Amino acid sequence: METIGIWIAALLTLGIFSFLYKDNPFYKFCESLFVGISAGYWFVTTFWQVFMPKLADNLIAGRFYYMIGAIFGVLMLLRLFPKIGWLSRWSLALVVGTTAGLYFTRYLVSNGMVQVQNTIIPLYVKGNLSQTIGNLVIVIGTFSGLIYFFFSKEHKGAFGGLAKLGIWFLMLSFGASFGYTVMSRMSLLIGRMDYLLGTWLGLIR
Amino acid sequence: MKKTKAVLFSILIILFFFNLSFPQENLSPLPPTEVRASDTPNDNGHSITVTWKLSGDDGADKKNVVAYEILRSDSPTGEFIVRGMVPAGNNTYQDRGAKEKEDKNYFHPHKDFYYKVRAKTLNSYSESEVAGPAQAYGEWFHLGKLPVFVGTVTFTIMVLAFISLARKGKEFYVRPLAGIDAVDDAIGRATEMGRPILYILGLGSAADIATIASFTILNRIAKKTAEHKTKIIVPCNDPIVMSVAQETVKAGYLDAGRPDMYKEENIFYLTSMQFAYVAAVNGIMLREQTATNFYLGKFYAESLILAETGSVAGSIQISGTDEIAQIPFFVAATDFTLIGEELYAASAYLGREPLLLGALKAQDLAKAIVMISLALGALAASFHLGFFLKLFTVQM
Repeated sequence: METIGIWIAALLTLGIFSFLYKDNPFYKFCESLFVGISAGYWFVTTFWQVFMPKLADNLIAGRFYYMIGAIFGVLMLLRLFPKIGWLSRWSLALVVGTTAGLYFTRYLVSNGMVQVQNTIIPLYVKGNLSQTIGNLVIVIGTFSGLIYFFFSKEHKGAFGGLAKLGIWFLMLSFGASFGYTVMSRMSLLIGRMDYLLGTWLGLIR
Repeated sequence: MKKTKAVLFSILIILFFFNLSFPQENLSPLPPTEVRASDTPNDNGHSITVTWKLSGDDGADKKNVVAYEILRSDSPTGEFIVRGMVPAGNNTYQDRGAKEKEDKNYFHPHKDFYYKVRAKTLNSYSESEVAGPAQAYGEWFHLGKLPVFVGTVTFTIMVLAFISLARKGKEFYVRPLAGIDAVDDAIGRATEMGRPILYILGLGSAADIATIASFTILNRIAKKTAEHKTKIIVPCNDPIVMSVAQETVKAGYLDAGRPDMYKEENIFYLTSMQFAYVAAVNGIMLREQTATNFYLGKFYAESLILAETGSVAGSIQISGTDEIAQIPFFVAATDFTLIGEELYAASAYLGREPLLLGALKAQDLAKAIVMISLALGALAASFHLGFFLKLFTVQM
């Protein structure tokens, strides 16, 4: 049984890899299988991990205020009936509005206050040249980066110069991030090759 | 045999004498002192904080205390049960419990509790005096989050003020964004080639800021595609995103005066699984031969796979995300990239609606305030003035 599983996984991996050559029926089959199985898996997972514990169990336990959520859920399904489909907009508005509101304070703290907090650092550290340079890079990089993302003023003159410095800082950090992520993707490829050549074909141990 | 017995007997005699000759060393450590129990501030009322002065045997040169156990009881003379343990050197413990009454670890607010702290060595312990009573109660306002409250109120006032100004007709300047300026050309190219446009909203939920910004851009692009009679395909990986996208595209077609051209089946759900979704989108790109691909929203590891396939297919590609780790891939593999906040600005730039312009202007003003704070903060920190940092410190 395990051998059959290994063969299926290996052949499906090759099917997906075949896209590197060009679109082909083998890839189309693997793609359809992948999409179909994942959509079905997602449905079952949502049913047992969201619908049952968060709604059904609470209703069974007598907490009927959960019906409010259930009603909004039913409103979403009304999209299937064109004449009353507009009622689903209420659910959409509730989901988008409340979640965006909840995210607001979270982003304000993580993307705003914590960033500012970590950038309020001394520009000069006595007796420590490397930390002084590091702190200057952080403060100047953050400051010029913010100027780049200033949309109310044209990037000209000294302001434009600072904005250009900001984009240089951004590109340098993007370059470093690119290299780092490519290396982690290489490890994924190695993992797959190890599966094909080792677990499947037994060529490497 | 007799010899062995004699030896054992001698050893026992020696041990007996030693035991009598030398006083037994007291293995119990000195107990913790000054134990205090009080309500944990800024919480929901299901926690008490216990503090104590460390045992005299807890220190660098007297390491026999290895941990402190915190015990709790309903009465000073009742049975104390262990609530938690902290390693030696710590003198604070938060006794937390659940807020649901059905939970077996439910922490009863407004009820008297008594505490003891036990200093433990490897094979012995000693207990402090009983502290208490202490009650847990919840606060209406978390004082440690005051900076968040001030920030939220200030920003809201700024947004409302700028929206009001925009509605009164005040013209606001928004600097051009290269990626957005290329949108018209990209749609024109698709029209000339007679091929469809692919619009990917990313993997975010409908409430993610990047996805919301992307909806606004989608609306403008849908309007233009309707004007140009070009097909737009929007595969989604979230059912709610798909529903909002359908409404958005429909509104775009309506704005263009071509509701008859709207085809709901072109905005569809694929799957919520990341790489299955990518596999399907890649297939669409090659089979439909899309002339222009838009990747605007929240993207993760799939960004490079999508952008590379689009590049191989020869499509013009415009991307934008606020996921910092994915921006490098879009910069490398697409023709135009909206970096981070440019994505939010793009929706205002395209829409020119007072609501979006007002929010954008408020963001710029907030950035100016942050820049001034940074400059002043860095100077204050250089002169060892710590008060400035406290203004932005948030307790979670």
